[in-house]
Amino acid sequence: MLKRVRIFRSEQFLGRRFSRADLLVILSVAVVIYGGVRLGLAAPAVVEGPDISLEPRVLPRYALYSVGRMLAAYGLSFLFTMVYGYIAAYNRRAETILMPLLDVLQSVPILSFLPVVLLGLSAILPEGIAAELASIVLIFTSQAWNMTFAWYQSLTTIPVMLREASSIFRFNRWLRLKTLELPFAATSLIWNSMMSWAGGWFFLMAAEIFTVGRRDFRLPGLGAYLSEAATQGNARAILMGIGALVLVIVAIDQLVWRPLIAWSDRFNLEMVESDNPPTSWFYDLWRNSRLIEGLHTLVIHPLSERLDAFLNARLEPVGMPASTESRPSWWSHIALAGLVVGLLYGMYRATGMLLQVSPAQWGMIVVGWLATLMRVVTALLIALAWTIPVGVLIGTNERLARWLQPVVQIAASIPATALFPVVLLALLQVPGGLAIAAVLLMLMGTQWYLLFNVIAGAAAIPQDLKYTAALLGLSRWERWRTLILPALFPYIVTGAITASGGAWNASIVAEYIEYGGRGYFTTGLGSLIARATAAGDYPLLLAATLSMVLSVVAINRVFWRRLYTLAEDRFRME
Amino acid sequence: MTIGDGKLLELRQVTQAYGRGARRFVAVDRVNFSLSAGEFVALLGPSGCGKSTLLRIITGLQRPTEGHVLYRGQPLQGVNPYAAIVFQTFALFPWLTVQENVEVALKARGMPAVLRASRAIDLLDRVGLDGFESAYPRELSGGMRQKVGFARAMAVEPELLCLDEPFSALDVLSAEALRRELLELWTGGKIPTQAILMVTHNIEEAVFMADRIVVMDKSPGRVVAELRVDLPHPRDRKSGAFLATIDRVYGLLAGQTEAESVELGTAPGEPGRTRALPDVGISDLTGLLERLDDLPGNRADIYRLSEDLKVDSNHLLALIEAAELLGFATVAQGDITLTPLGETFAEASILGRKAIFAARLRRVPLFKWLLSLLKAAHQQQLDYGVVLTALELEFPREEAERQLDIATQWGRYAELLSYDDSEERFYLEPAGA
Repeated sequence: MLKRVRIFRSEQFLGRRFSRADLLVILSVAVVIYGGVRLGLAAPAVVEGPDISLEPRVLPRYALYSVGRMLAAYGLSFLFTMVYGYIAAYNRRAETILMPLLDVLQSVPILSFLPVVLLGLSAILPEGIAAELASIVLIFTSQAWNMTFAWYQSLTTIPVMLREASSIFRFNRWLRLKTLELPFAATSLIWNSMMSWAGGWFFLMAAEIFTVGRRDFRLPGLGAYLSEAATQGNARAILMGIGALVLVIVAIDQLVWRPLIAWSDRFNLEMVESDNPPTSWFYDLWRNSRLIEGLHTLVIHPLSERLDAFLNARLEPVGMPASTESRPSWWSHIALAGLVVGLLYGMYRATGMLLQVSPAQWGMIVVGWLATLMRVVTALLIALAWTIPVGVLIGTNERLARWLQPVVQIAASIPATALFPVVLLALLQVPGGLAIAAVLLMLMGTQWYLLFNVIAGAAAIPQDLKYTAALLGLSRWERWRTLILPALFPYIVTGAITASGGAWNASIVAEYIEYGGRGYFTTGLGSLIARATAAGDYPLLLAATLSMVLSVVAINRVFWRRLYTLAEDRFRME
Repeated sequence: MTIGDGKLLELRQVTQAYGRGARRFVAVDRVNFSLSAGEFVALLGPSGCGKSTLLRIITGLQRPTEGHVLYRGQPLQGVNPYAAIVFQTFALFPWLTVQENVEVALKARGMPAVLRASRAIDLLDRVGLDGFESAYPRELSGGMRQKVGFARAMAVEPELLCLDEPFSALDVLSAEALRRELLELWTGGKIPTQAILMVTHNIEEAVFMADRIVVMDKSPGRVVAELRVDLPHPRDRKSGAFLATIDRVYGLLAGQTEAESVELGTAPGEPGRTRALPDVGISDLTGLLERLDDLPGNRADIYRLSEDLKVDSNHLLALIEAAELLGFATVAQGDITLTPLGETFAEASILGRKAIFAARLRRVPLFKWLLSLLKAAHQQQLDYGVVLTALELEFPREEAERQLDIATQWGRYAELLSYDDSEERFYLEPAGA
């Protein structure tokens, strides 16, 4: 139960204020988006999608495709995490740019990039490859940031004493990585990988079913299977598709994540033994296998000894990280100057494109932004309304938790984007159906973050405070007001931050939909982006994407940051 | 032991400072010090005197701002390859077994796997940990964990073994056992170590173990005295010579109560040194004064008092400093005596105590300064940040924060000022005006 708390507290730089580096970062992001849109101008007007078969026998192949994309993106994310986090943690100068950049990147609604990335890539690559690459890039951008934060955070919070020990005993970089840094970060890296993987499914499904106008960017995979099944109204195929998806997700959880978590319990830094260590049947099986054991003693162990000895002979022992800064070298000045010049030129060109957006279109952007904001708020309020009572019930009732927790976890593991075509099937006939469906998709994608946080928060309320409340004879309302709600506050804020980010993200696939050869849309910033993509209106696409990015970053900094600081200062019970 | 003058290590005018300009703070001030082969030296001082910093400079974990560190006559570059450290909180890797923790130090020196294992097992045997090779540190008691720390440090056969308060995180019994075991290995010549340097704030421990004690004092951290301990091992804690040595060290550390103007120091921002408030709680101080009041003649030998009250010497010295600062007690030649004011305080009612405390506090320059700041401020209230910034001209940030914490606690007790934590603001109370 306690472990659950850790995953959903993404370590963010919410306490930071705006700095000059932030400005540089936001400009860079804007210029990169502009570059993508610019490239997109050359994209073909018609993109033929692949034929998606609904035969049950294709499901294993489709599942393999989907998992393959996830794996490729995860590998990329992991590599990025290691390099980026390591540099940010050990190079003071790089840190001042890299960390604000990461902060902006992780609060950007990634799906709003999807059209830009797809169009940009399909201009320079064959469509099939472009779509594959776009899906991998998209998943990468949904996975990498929180893992990088976790790695950076771990590297910078290694106890000084352990660092000193590894210096005085003359560890080289490799031995330090292997003996100190990776083990110290293991728990946090694994939990964040799990979270990233879950987020990845959400984006993969969206990338696999993306069609706008005459451009069909779908990819053969489970997501495309589900969207095709919904389009054809094939209930059997829908069920098969969802079943296959759940099976894959549960299998990965049981065969990969649970064993990893059970294994990583040894890296728990606490000097006391945990009461109920995480267990995994598959890990136990693995550990008891003679074959695996033999493989370890005969092959893996000697190999790793060889590697250590090889590197030991070539690497110098490292001292303590310097506490004083070195002077910046001349080439770093030149590089910075070059970057600034490039940015200024990019900004100039981007402004030129933005000037083509008519006042009427800017009006549409404002209206669309307001509409999407209303939807996000509505989804959040609905989620809060049901998750708080249910979460408290589960969190304070062991017996209920025991059988409800697994059910909730499986329900939460189905990416909302996969279910969306199915939801539409039911709602499109209803007047205003898409508006409802959009809120529903946001809700499906976000409520779980809140629920898990509320459960964790309720379970963390100290027993003696509960006894005190009972002894004082507080009424139900008094008890909620003085104990439960204040105790839950930090957890709710943390959950809501993630949830609102997810809701903005979802708007792009939720507000505009191709269904049965027709486009349906409702007013909103997301639908504006999708429609601009369909119509090939590149200035509008740039303006809308930039507006979405800037407004979400601003909301995070101004609104959520304050709440988060308040929650951490006043209501955290540690 | 083939060095010319027998000096293994030498520090020349070593200074460690942090910050720049008006905010430059000296943690260690022009320390000269040397260590010869065959010596066991203790660096002794109250917390904050820079003794741990000095240990890090000596081992090369930290570079001094000024001065030279010579090892065997050569300037030290980077981490000293001939030194090992036993850490206060053990610094074991929790994810490695006991044996792996020892082995990893040997692995870093490129020792092949087979040799490594036998050396590690041998050392674990010697410190009495046979049978625990495959245990994880979290399964061991504090004393056993520190034995692993010793085994790891000795495994690399350092010429210079550095101990950073190695017994202070242990319970009394295991600390005592481990001290004796270390002395046995050292005096019996069972380890190839040439010299031991131990950092400690425990006076008795220093006298019990070391051949030479280097006494340090704080603000700024500096060496104030050195004394040789020529008692044969094993030392008898009850012997007259032992007790006399301890009394001498207490005399050096507790000092001598000076004239009030010197004792109080100056206000922040004024020339001269601002006296930092000792970090003690009111109830502990009251306890000390009541205890002294119960004793015949209202006086006590400081060493006896530490035994009697079961507080460690570090804490007791801070309490005595506070009592002196407030004029409740005087110190001379290792003895503490209650003043008539201290006696009145110890026997007064709760409200009476508060009044006496407040009257004395108003004379302390740091408080005088703080109260006049508040009096002059709009509505007689000030933000925490403002006061902290002003105080940072006198103390490093961390110390300034601690000083404000102590001032808040004392000021609240004396009802001179109050502090609102949610608004982070100080208010002047009527009694403070």
